Amino acid sequence: MEIAIVFLPLVGAIIAGFFGRQIGDKPSMYTTSALLIVSAVLSAFVLYDVAFQGNARVTELFTWIDSGTFEISWALKVDTLTAVMLCVVTIVSAVVHVYSIGYMGHDKSKPRLFAYLSMFTLFMLTLVTADNFVQMFFGWEGVGLASYLLIGFWYERPSACAAAIKAFLVNRVGDIGFALGIAGAFFLFGSASFDQVFGEVPQYADASFSFLGIEGHALTIICILLFIGAMGKSAQLGLHTWLPDAMEGPTPVSALIHAATMVTAGVFMVCRLSPMFEFAPVALELVTYVGAITCFFAATIGITQNDIKRVIAYSTCSQLGYMFFAAGVSAYEASIFHLATHACFKALLFLGAGSVIHAMSDEQDMRRMGGLWKKIPYTYIYMWIGSLALAGIPFFSGYFSKDMIIEAAYGAHNGHGLFAYWMGVAAAFLTALYSWRLILMTFHGKPKMDAKTWDHVHESPMVMVLPLIVLALGACFLGYLGYGYFVGDHREDFWRGAIYLLPGTDPIEAAHHVPGWVKLMPLIAGFGGVAVAYLAYWLAPSLPHFCATRFRPVYLLFLNKWYFDELYDHLFVKPAMSIGRKLWKTGDGTVIDGFGPNGIAATTSNMSRRVSWLQSGYVYHYAFAMLIGVVALVTWYLIGRMG
Amino acid sequence: MISAPLLSIITFLPLLGAGFILMIRGEEHDVARNARYVALWTSLITFVLSLLLWTNFDRTTADFQFEEKVVWIKALGINYHMGVDGISVLFVLLSTLLTPICILSAWDAVKVRVKEYMIAFLVLETLMVGMFCALDFVVFYIFFEGVLIPMFLIIGIWGGPRRVYSAFKFFLYTLTGSVLMLLAILALYFQTGTLDIPELLTQHRVPPEWQVWLWLAFFASFAVKVPMWPVHTWLPDAHVEAPTAGSVILAGVLLKMGAYGFLRFSVPMLPEASAFFTPFVFALSIIAIIYTSLVALAQEDMKKLIAYSSVAHMGFVTLGIFTVNQQGIEGAIYQMLSHGVVSAALFLVVGVIYDRMHTREISRYDGLVSRMPRYAFVFMVFMLASVGLPGTSGFVGEFLVIVGAFQVNTWVALLTATGMVLGAAYMLYLYRRVVFGVMTKADLKAILDMNWREKLVFAPLLILVIWMGIYPPPFLDIMSVSVTNLIQNYDAALASAEGSHLTAFWTGK
Repeated sequence: MEIAIVFLPLVGAIIAGFFGRQIGDKPSMYTTSALLIVSAVLSAFVLYDVAFQGNARVTELFTWIDSGTFEISWALKVDTLTAVMLCVVTIVSAVVHVYSIGYMGHDKSKPRLFAYLSMFTLFMLTLVTADNFVQMFFGWEGVGLASYLLIGFWYERPSACAAAIKAFLVNRVGDIGFALGIAGAFFLFGSASFDQVFGEVPQYADASFSFLGIEGHALTIICILLFIGAMGKSAQLGLHTWLPDAMEGPTPVSALIHAATMVTAGVFMVCRLSPMFEFAPVALELVTYVGAITCFFAATIGITQNDIKRVIAYSTCSQLGYMFFAAGVSAYEASIFHLATHACFKALLFLGAGSVIHAMSDEQDMRRMGGLWKKIPYTYIYMWIGSLALAGIPFFSGYFSKDMIIEAAYGAHNGHGLFAYWMGVAAAFLTALYSWRLILMTFHGKPKMDAKTWDHVHESPMVMVLPLIVLALGACFLGYLGYGYFVGDHREDFWRGAIYLLPGTDPIEAAHHVPGWVKLMPLIAGFGGVAVAYLAYWLAPSLPHFCATRFRPVYLLFLNKWYFDELYDHLFVKPAMSIGRKLWKTGDGTVIDGFGPNGIAATTSNMSRRVSWLQSGYVYHYAFAMLIGVVALVTWYLIGRMG
Repeated sequence: MISAPLLSIITFLPLLGAGFILMIRGEEHDVARNARYVALWTSLITFVLSLLLWTNFDRTTADFQFEEKVVWIKALGINYHMGVDGISVLFVLLSTLLTPICILSAWDAVKVRVKEYMIAFLVLETLMVGMFCALDFVVFYIFFEGVLIPMFLIIGIWGGPRRVYSAFKFFLYTLTGSVLMLLAILALYFQTGTLDIPELLTQHRVPPEWQVWLWLAFFASFAVKVPMWPVHTWLPDAHVEAPTAGSVILAGVLLKMGAYGFLRFSVPMLPEASAFFTPFVFALSIIAIIYTSLVALAQEDMKKLIAYSSVAHMGFVTLGIFTVNQQGIEGAIYQMLSHGVVSAALFLVVGVIYDRMHTREISRYDGLVSRMPRYAFVFMVFMLASVGLPGTSGFVGEFLVIVGAFQVNTWVALLTATGMVLGAAYMLYLYRRVVFGVMTKADLKAILDMNWREKLVFAPLLILVIWMGIYPPPFLDIMSVSVTNLIQNYDAALASAEGSHLTAFWTGK
């Protein structure tokens, strides 16, 4: 069954990609979407089979790389963790496929988009079903490729091409860490397959090796290297700069790849490798700090952005931070729970934003929107549901998962857990603030667009509205329904050992017993954020401007995304180009060629004469040179003999 | 096992074909057409015959197979000795595969002296295959140096405007190397009394104080061929001036000769010197990877860019060889094969638009995807293979080298891995400038997508790149035993030379 789930999207991608032109737009769109829906239904069966019937399994397909003891197979490993990911990926992907039929209605290269989307799904599925590091890396880079292609989907736009390259390269920086981490794991365990490595981790719990001249705890080093890979893919602090730019891609793509699935691959990786991370407490601490700082940092940028998609993009970045620090305090289950609910409500928000953009004739600047709610009521409702879930307002999905994370951080009872707790609470406030800022700026107030656009505003077709119901239901009820299984009383029967915890640690259990004020804080923060948003963008519209001028440096820092892009541009991009040019002209040209061939040539005043001489007398010259060599050698040999 | 002298047939069949073409007479047009067909069929039959090597190869032994041995010059103990093992057999196949592709790609592109052109390529094939099969040093040397002659001619006659300068540069570099290698071969002979390669591999040990000098002499020759930094500057010029098919063979096969030399001679015959010089090779390889990647980023000529990328990719190869562990060496060989296919394909990719627009300048192109979607797809696949995306052949080699390097030195592994980012940077940047964007240049508006012949040229390479990426065991299996054997002998030699004399040699005691 999992074979079908993984390869149906491949079939779709091939049909749409290679035969899309022949069979036409509609058949390619319908075929790929239909295949994805089948895949999604099968995934639900697999989840039932694995999580509720206990049939976790590994299906080996064939050998991939076999070099000495380095043996890797193509295999599909399905346990609860994978099954959950299968469902999330295929369901969101199916919804996005159907939605795109409407969204891309006016685009000229529809089959290409659907081929890319299906191809992305294939890679994502191979990633989550990997039973070894290298196959995971295959999926990992594969989704990177799909992301590159989809960000650059509108290749006529220079900004889209630049964003695509940036995404690929920043991810590659992280992948250096991932690749070295795999090499390190193989070096330590002599294997790159998960089951073997996980089985041997306890024996190597105290092993150490030298990395870059530093003698260190082996597992910590490996885990940190792998985590660097996760940071790249999941846009964590330092390697996050590609994600906002990735919004150049079509909006359904942003929903699927840059919100619900691909960017969560890093979180999935850390959870999948919980048997390793559990033995590397320092690495976990790092994960916590990076996650906590990112979740706050990205939220601060979110409150100042004006592009509707960028607000949601930074929000994604911030929510990923939550998932990471949950994993960092060993609350992996909560992390995956939030991953699943987040996939629903964030995809919903993105697709809702897509409807807004669609209605606004491709306008993305919120300052030119306003008053839209009457004209696009369905979208308005969806955006409300998504925002309620995102802000963690009680009884929507985000409330269950996010609060669980924040409480687990407190429940970990250690320094970094506490740090994460406060960062999480602060970010919860900011989350609610930017969410309602978005709603108020977009849907309320006076319309700020020109009359033509305003007249043109229309609700999206049903093919775009209906699929969102699936996500809206998820955003409303998944938290309530899933709570017991993911992080509640049934969690052990549900996970069935897919997540490993050191004996004696159980932050989820601890989270259920934290003091009342701890549980209350994120709620207060959430409602506070909503209240401030109403105050600033409804009751006292002059307040944002006042704050921006009063605290100008802070505002500029947030608005310019903490100047990361400028920093990297000056540190890496420009120097690389100019060093490259210098090495070429000076290094190769002046130094090497100057002292080498050209220098020798220049010793004769007329090079061309010399060259023609070389050509005409070439064979003779060559033989002569050989002769000299022979003479020299024999001489040397004889001297050696005699001396 | 086949009783016929298969290796000799594969080696000399192209020469026979060349002789046949030589005899074609008649009107120029007919001669050209006949020469093309004869060359194509000869090379295709050669390729099919070489597949017999693949199917009949015994994958369980590290010995040389399909051996042939005829006494040639008895007084000096020189034999015509041919044979292949798991390391060389793949390069024979690579050579026989790329030759028909070259001939097919030059079908319409070459219009002058077609007859001579085809002869040059067939002779080149003989020499390349012979070089990889030779098991006698003299025979090897003849083939090794002989390869350069048709290559010179191809660049010199059918090359671009600065072909004289390039040929001269090439000549200066290789001459130095050749002379030194000849000296080294003679020295080996005086030391051991034999020039038989298998015998030298198994039975003789060169004294450590000689090893250093021999190693350096071989290194001078091989490093130029690889080419390693800083003796790489002939390559971009040679590529730029060479016709497309010339670049394909140069990048696809000729660059492998140096690395093959390291694998066949330096490491197994001079193990102590190899161990001694390993840090030096690592340093040069890492410089090659980082330095040339940065240089590639700044290139304005497509062929130069790909030429520089070749230097970077060969950096992975030399690095992998000198890790002397299973993953490193297999990765290096795999990287050579992959690079043979991918860089050959990339030069063909450049050739496609060069044939149409007669320029290689990147800034003369933009937005090709709108007129040439199939071309864009093919370019994309090979671009990604060059970048080393998993699922393509480029990944397997690169990754195994990194895994191998990690076991030796983590700094080396880290610096090597930066090639992953830099390699992606220059390739994606190239692709973006040429293929993406809006087509604004007026002279591009009528450009046509690939024709059936061009598709035919790319199809086998495309399949191979994906096959080698998804299912490499057939390729890794065939080399595995030979590589293991090489490593065992190397380790044994080092172990027996414990407290190596080399250090004593350097300190002068």
